[in-house]
Amino acid sequence: MPNRFLAQVGQTALVLFFVSVASFVFLKLAPGDPVSLMLGSDYNKDSYDRLFTELGLDRPWMVQYTTWLGNFVTGDWGRSFVSNEDIFRLAVMQALPVTLCLAAYAMVLALLVGIPAGVLSALKRDTWMDLCATGVAVFGNAFPSFYLGIVLIWVFGVGLGWFPTLGFVAPWEDPLEGLWYLTLPAITLAAWYIGLIARVTRASLLDVLGHSYILAARARGEGATRVVWVHAMRNVLMPLTTTLGLQLGGMLRGAVMTEVVFALPGLGMMITAATLNREYTVVQAGVMLSGLLFVLVNLMVDQLYTWLDPRLRRLA
Amino acid sequence: MPMATRRSALAEGWSAVWAQRSARWGMGIVLAYVLAALFAPWLATHDPVHQAVEASMQPPSAAHWLGTDSFGQDIYSRLLYGARLALAIGFGSVLLGMVAGVALGLLAGLAGGRTEWAIMRVVDGLLAFPELILAMAFLAVLGPGVDNLVYALALSFVGPFARTVRSDVLQVRAQPYVEAARLMGVPMREIVVRHVLLNVAPGIVVQAGIRVSIAILLESGLSFLGVGVAPPTPDWGLMIAEGRAFITMAPWIAGIPGVALAILLVALNLLADGLRDALDPRSGEAR
Repeated sequence: MPNRFLAQVGQTALVLFFVSVASFVFLKLAPGDPVSLMLGSDYNKDSYDRLFTELGLDRPWMVQYTTWLGNFVTGDWGRSFVSNEDIFRLAVMQALPVTLCLAAYAMVLALLVGIPAGVLSALKRDTWMDLCATGVAVFGNAFPSFYLGIVLIWVFGVGLGWFPTLGFVAPWEDPLEGLWYLTLPAITLAAWYIGLIARVTRASLLDVLGHSYILAARARGEGATRVVWVHAMRNVLMPLTTTLGLQLGGMLRGAVMTEVVFALPGLGMMITAATLNREYTVVQAGVMLSGLLFVLVNLMVDQLYTWLDPRLRRLA
Repeated sequence: MPMATRRSALAEGWSAVWAQRSARWGMGIVLAYVLAALFAPWLATHDPVHQAVEASMQPPSAAHWLGTDSFGQDIYSRLLYGARLALAIGFGSVLLGMVAGVALGLLAGLAGGRTEWAIMRVVDGLLAFPELILAMAFLAVLGPGVDNLVYALALSFVGPFARTVRSDVLQVRAQPYVEAARLMGVPMREIVVRHVLLNVAPGIVVQAGIRVSIAILLESGLSFLGVGVAPPTPDWGLMIAEGRAFITMAPWIAGIPGVALAILLVALNLLADGLRDALDPRSGEAR
């Protein structure tokens, strides 16, 4: 195991290096001069030169990069040109928890609905229930989340009045109220995953149920529920994990749009607002942070395999 | 000989796609959208960017078949021109990303060694960013606009194509017929075009099928967020964003373009699934 793990960590480190270089180059490519952006329209040559050296812009790129990376690692992400807020606080302390809460809530919802739907549709194969589940899966997978969010706000928020339509209450301050406010956004984000999870569960369960070890379990007289949920499910979890890992981009994409539709102060909202205002330092922080998250979650998914499949542990 | 086998392989792939009912539906719907987009100038009843404040937020009527938005623009006409934009950006960005990705993947798979290592690390790096974030960062630097949007989306599609093509090339390269062609003295260029490229083509088509619907989803999403296409360009994402504020009193403004977008995306997904099942049976749902 240590060898495989180390190889993966090495690979990840390399990708992270690329992520950091790309994020650094991004700010270099951004139009406009950071010094004049910081000083505003009213400045003289003297203060310009002072800030230019202060920011280290007179030094070679390599030095600038290492300084920037060092500052990044130690949590010194600079300040926003617009609000003069500390970007680390803005991105990591304020925005990130919101996005993580939304994503986790949506994932739990998607698994709770998607897996049973997939199992049902595999067991009742080619019946109307299967057809319904497949139909919901196809539509859930294709429906743009920003549009679904608007429809949900309209139906459940404005029409029926069951849920608050806009705004955010931090779940870590008031868990019940927080989850209440997050429910519609989480359903919006989960819709894409429910379809995916149901389809993968259905396909791999049908595949697994044909194996002889399932027949053996049945022959031993084990109940149908136990055969499906204990024996078969273990082998369904592998392809499910693969798919979910591959679809992380979809999760982030959905999260950004969902946050904007529901006005949740998460990472997606932060990056969108910063892009609109051309606040490059904040966009850069968002790019770096989402790249980092993306790579680390992928590493975690890889580790999940060894945990789910004992054979991989023995191989290594 | 090669001509005959090539044609039959094409025909075979086509009939395998056509044999699936859901893929036929998908293809039909996509075709209808393409036709509507092509003939938009003849099908439209109004100028898509003509604003008439006195006729704003009208429900569907004989004069405005699908109603008007808050600027008094005709939604039916905007919908048609929006299809044009969505399909052009969707297919254009995938095509551009495909050309770059296939070139990189071919180069990596054929060259091997250090070149391959270097290319694949860059591809890993590109794939390390979620597509939407990559596109947004790109647009933040370049500014909004149709061509910048195409470049931004294309950039995020290079990685997936390069990765698929490279892994397919590695498999094809090890086949005896490639070895045989080389021993027979067939020039490298011809081996690449006739033997390698033709055999990795199904993987490329499957990947393109998946990416087009993602491209259109991203395009409309970015425009919805306000960082994609600039108003008053007729764009579905913009139309949904504009109608969002009036969803209770004039639901057709955001509702109609949303339904149009959702139907197109469902159809593209059905078509992509059909392509995958027909051309690349190895990768089932589970992959």
